[in-house]
Amino acid sequence: MRNLGVNKWIFAVASLLSSVAAWAEYNLNLQTPHTLLGQKIYDLHTIVTIICVIIFVGVFGFMFYAVFHHRKSVGHKAAQFHENTAVEVAWTLIPFVILIALAIPATGTLITMRDTTEADITIKATGYQWKWGYDYLKGEGASISFYSTLSTPRAQIDGDDVAGRQANPHYLLETDNNVVVPVGKKIRILTTAADVIHAWYVPALSVKQDAVPGFIRDTWFKAEQPGIYRGQCAELCGKQHGFMPIVVEVMTAEKYTAWVASQQTKAVAAKVDPDKNWTLAELKTQGEKVFGQNCAACHQATGMGVPGAFPALSGSKVVNGPQQDQIKLLLNGKQGTAMNSFKHLSDVELASVITYTRNSWSNHTGEAISSASIKAQR
Amino acid sequence: MSNQSAGGYYLPQPSHWPIVASIALGFLGFGASFSVNSMGLGYVLLGIGFMILFFMFAGWFTAVAHESEGGNYNKQVDASFRWGMGWFIFSEVMFFAVFFGVLFYMRTISIPDLGSLEHQQLLWPGFKADWPVAGPGIKDTFSPMAAWGIPALNTALLLTSGVTLTWAHWALLKNNRMQLIWGLALTIALGMIFLGFQVYEYSHAMSEMNLKLSMGAYGATFYMLTGFHGFHVTVGTIMLWVILFRSVAGHFNEHSHFGFEGVAWYWHFVDVVWLFLFVVVYWL
Amino acid sequence: MEAVNTHADHGHHDRGHDDHDHKPTGLKRWLMSTNHKDIGTMYLWFSFFMFIVGGIMALVIRSELFQPGLQIVKPEFFNSMTTYHGLIMVFGAIMPAFVGFANWLIPMQIGAADMAFPRMNNLSFWLLPPAAFLLIGAQFAPGGGAGVGWTLYAPLSTQAGPAMDLTIFAIHILGMSSIMGSINIITTLLNMRAPGMALMKMPMFCWTWLITAYLLVAVMPVLAGAVTMTLTDRHFGTHFFNAAGGGDPVLYQHIFWFFGHPEVYIIAIPAFGVVSQVIPAFSRKPLFGYASMVYATASIAILSFMVWAHHMYTAGMPVQAQLYFMYATVLIAVPTGVKVFNWVATMWRGSLTFETPMLFAIGFLFLFTLGGFTGLVLSITPVDVQLHDTYYVVAHFHYVMVAGALFSAFAGIYFWLPKWTGRMYDEKLGRIHFWLSLVFFNLTFFVQHFLGLAGMPRRIPDYALQFAEFNAISSVGAFGFGFSQLLFLYIVIKTITSGEKAPDRPWEGADSLEWTHLPSPAPFHSFVEPPVIK
Ligand code: HEA
Ligand code: HEA
Ligand code: HEC
Ligand code: CUA
Ligand SMILES: [Cu+2]
Repeated sequence: MRNLGVNKWIFAVASLLSSVAAWAEYNLNLQTPHTLLGQKIYDLHTIVTIICVIIFVGVFGFMFYAVFHHRKSVGHKAAQFHENTAVEVAWTLIPFVILIALAIPATGTLITMRDTTEADITIKATGYQWKWGYDYLKGEGASISFYSTLSTPRAQIDGDDVAGRQANPHYLLETDNNVVVPVGKKIRILTTAADVIHAWYVPALSVKQDAVPGFIRDTWFKAEQPGIYRGQCAELCGKQHGFMPIVVEVMTAEKYTAWVASQQTKAVAAKVDPDKNWTLAELKTQGEKVFGQNCAACHQATGMGVPGAFPALSGSKVVNGPQQDQIKLLLNGKQGTAMNSFKHLSDVELASVITYTRNSWSNHTGEAISSASIKAQR
Repeated sequence: MSNQSAGGYYLPQPSHWPIVASIALGFLGFGASFSVNSMGLGYVLLGIGFMILFFMFAGWFTAVAHESEGGNYNKQVDASFRWGMGWFIFSEVMFFAVFFGVLFYMRTISIPDLGSLEHQQLLWPGFKADWPVAGPGIKDTFSPMAAWGIPALNTALLLTSGVTLTWAHWALLKNNRMQLIWGLALTIALGMIFLGFQVYEYSHAMSEMNLKLSMGAYGATFYMLTGFHGFHVTVGTIMLWVILFRSVAGHFNEHSHFGFEGVAWYWHFVDVVWLFLFVVVYWL
Repeated sequence: MEAVNTHADHGHHDRGHDDHDHKPTGLKRWLMSTNHKDIGTMYLWFSFFMFIVGGIMALVIRSELFQPGLQIVKPEFFNSMTTYHGLIMVFGAIMPAFVGFANWLIPMQIGAADMAFPRMNNLSFWLLPPAAFLLIGAQFAPGGGAGVGWTLYAPLSTQAGPAMDLTIFAIHILGMSSIMGSINIITTLLNMRAPGMALMKMPMFCWTWLITAYLLVAVMPVLAGAVTMTLTDRHFGTHFFNAAGGGDPVLYQHIFWFFGHPEVYIIAIPAFGVVSQVIPAFSRKPLFGYASMVYATASIAILSFMVWAHHMYTAGMPVQAQLYFMYATVLIAVPTGVKVFNWVATMWRGSLTFETPMLFAIGFLFLFTLGGFTGLVLSITPVDVQLHDTYYVVAHFHYVMVAGALFSAFAGIYFWLPKWTGRMYDEKLGRIHFWLSLVFFNLTFFVQHFLGLAGMPRRIPDYALQFAEFNAISSVGAFGFGFSQLLFLYIVIKTITSGEKAPDRPWEGADSLEWTHLPSPAPFHSFVEPPVIK
């Protein structure tokens, strides 16, 4: 199925000629829904489409009849009628009735869809340029919190590893940390964003909800079977919009409980002592990671930025100037530019990433920023 | 070459004013883009653009006034002008409607939303959605503009100016040029006093009340609505000056005075916008 | 239209012969024009030029999407291509094309000498080039074009680079141009009709433009307001679209779509008008249900102000609002259906021939309706929540805009080319152009329905592997479609330079004034004396 390159041209031509049956192996419809609500939506789509096809065939049946039988070349003489109140009223009213018939099931489905009450678990999904942050707010697992970024290797995307791409069944639809939820439970997703609008979209679970900065929106789903469901950001959010996938892992209740426990121990282990005194080297190593996850998309791993769009940090006045200014910039962002606030990062993360930028590439300030100075400026 | 006319409808000769206008707007577009990004050249381009624009307006309107006085415009042309002006004012109504809509949306939808329980818990702790308010992320405070001071006075001024303008119109229909000129002069004076008050109000708001454009929902809607209105009063006043000069020069008579009426319509429109402004921006 | 005097030689076109003496020449003729025909010609050429520019951008998009992986362009450049492709096609190609038609045809069809405001008419046109320079210039701004989508959603647009400001001012200028153009058209239609040309006797094309111009005057200022607020948010510290200051990014969307939805009918309604002239002409039968066509068009226009939030079903609004917008949106299918049925009824029991204009009109009818039906699928909120911002939407709107508006423009150009140039186009090549366009169009866009259903988001430069096959097909189709348009260019040039001489009324069934009362090519001043309309 994944015949790339030249084969694609052949495929393109061949598929034109091939029969409808041959097409069936490709996905011609909505993804198979894995929720009850999704099934309803799926059926609703089927009904609307069928109605449209019937009317379409009917209308164009008439038209093609005329095209073949009422043509001048077969000697047909034009009639001169140009009005008929009865038919005109009929073809105004009949569509109207059909539409009302359609609106009824649509209304029911929509009302169910928007009912986010009585959720078992509430998770906040925050869109960032360009990753998702998840905070489990209520229900089993509350207080778990992590970021989720694309895990497809850059080389596959940039074409340095085409073989790897072709062998990767989840190309662009895989993350480092999946959202994990239990099966058969109503999961309420609260969406919001830190910078621009994103949208949380998982087709197989039939959810899509915009994540609007500064506002909370919600949606829900209840998965019927365990499995892994993949989706991606569905609102243009800047240059990496195509690269912020969402992967939902639905587990049985027992496995979920185990996952929650493992997350909590991990959290305790990872919890750094805020009073710890980091050395410059430690901060730099930690900072490089933070930079890779948060900053490199714009300022590039080389620190050279993208001319015209994202300034180089290497040699930057701000990075080599007073540290307070850089801390302030990172905490507040710069209004009206893509440089948004990073205050969602922890004190240590911010301290380390600032230290990293001030001691990398052509920058050699030799300063180690303490997390206390971040806290002081918050 | 004589002017073309068909069935008496005046068709102008080829004219260079449109292309001049388009060059002016090209300069203004690039100039404004560069200026807002603080690129040096921007102000130069903007300056050139405004100069050409001014030159174009002066030239084009002079040409029209000459054609009008030359008796080129018949009844049908006059009717065209009326339709044209009417639809232009309709487009202006829609423009103002947007900003009224924004104010309505902020007061009844976005701000209450931001102050709702879930938003307070998760995003904006402690935000109270009581109008007038700047917004949950703005720590600075300001005082809102009270309705019953200068704004009420300004309302009275504008309403009076509507009356004086109608008086001038009535004089024109009676062919009483003295009263026409007086009516126009009074209207202009009232308009300029209005503008003077507004300038004072703005400076007072900025220096004493900390009410700035950046003051969130209140500041932005306040300045955009009153600002665009003030801009329209300014334009209207300039047009009234033109009409005044033309009246002094003996233009217009009881049959042919579209120039006067177009401006009068515009002025009344600006008047009505102010009434809405007064109610929703200052009063409620 | 029997009311119209149908003797071609009865008209008042004797002025046509000494006409050359009055025609300004050289640069003056074009730069300083006050003639509706010359201005119409300039609109049409401008629009074709922008179509090529926007089309090349589409080809960049399709090249990048030919295969998974990032191969040709950087993501930010891809986004910029998407944005300016949309903006240029909508504001630079389709809208000016139909304004060009309006300029050429309205005075001829209502028996007027020219437009009501000939000088302002020229200004409306000449505002387009500076706007185009701004849009194209934006590509060279520091940081490249603004990759924010043609919808320019805040806050992505408030954080974009200087290109965004150029785009904003371009939109202001385009807005002025449209408003002036529309006021001119409305005034011409209301005030310049020849005696006896009652409103309900006007050709359908005139009616559709009257309604479109009304929509334009109503919504262009709204768009101007939206981008003005974007500008002040960017540079002057306002918080219209920023929650921190009590604003709301979704507020931008409401304003944009209050403009945007009527805008799609601004594109569609003149296209309806052209088709309503072409189908009766080649059916040799009057337009069926003229009055109900007028009422249906007006209903579409009025409804179009009340449905905007169907573009925002996933943005978050109360369920009652979603229900209202769903009900209102599906209602538009009723008047649009009336139009479709009337066109079919016009063909029914006619005496049909299939010259190129008719082929494009039938292509329009068939494919526009298909696009209308996918619109109906999208208007059902729960279904749209699945399909919003996927390629299904892209497929939907290219059906209504390319196979709809663009095909209709082609139909119109072939139809009126003999009247405009006095020469016939090459019928055989015209038909080839149609069939190539039809096949490649469907190849490009039909498969996009499947991509959307399977969940491929729009505005992405790279995609998961299960989308590969259909994307490859679509890209092949796009190149085929694009290059087929070179044939169109060739046909037009060939017609102008060496086409056969056209009769005054080459189409047997065409009965509006430009055919019955004016020679081909139409004289510089159409009706110096108003025609007699019985
Ligand atoms: C020419 C332009 C044009 C036209 C005419 C239409 C027509 C319609 N559109 Fe379309 N639309 C666009 C251009 C257009 N659209 C664009 C550009 C976008 C995307 C913008 C963006 O996001 O970038 C869009 C997006 C869009 C959306 C949002 C999708 C999304 O982003 O999630 C929706 C949702 O409701 C929609 C609906 C409709 C409907 C219901 C019609 C109706 O008018 C169609 C009515 C016609 C018919 C239904 C067919 C004929 C009728 C009959 C034969 C009668 C019998 C029928 C029945 C009883 C069913 N459109
Ligand atoms: C009426 C408007 C219109 C028209 C005519 C078109 C025409 C085309 N569109 Fe466009 N399109 C839009 C309006 C239009 N589009 C809009 C509004 C959007 C949304 C933008 C957004 O998301 O913000 C969009 C988005 C859009 C996308 C989605 C992009 C994305 O989401 O990232 C795609 C992808 O396939 C696409 C493809 C095409 C193609 C292949 C054509 C073809 O039909 C084009 C064919 C024409 C040509 C190719 C030019 C012909 C000339 C030549 C080929 C000659 C070559 C000459 C020389 C070399 C000198 N369009
Ligand atoms: C979405 C893109 C984006 C991301 C992610 C981003 N930045 Fe920036 N950054 C920008 C832009 C754009 C500017 C320029 C702002 C301006 O116009 O002054 C900027 C400016 C800066 C500056 C000032 C540079 C100068 O010389 O003016 C520093 C320092 C900086 N960023 C550090 C960071 C750090 C550290 C991170 C990660 C924690 C980061 N940025 C993440 C886009 C980004
Ligand atoms: Cu995030 Cu698109
Ligand atoms: Cu719409």
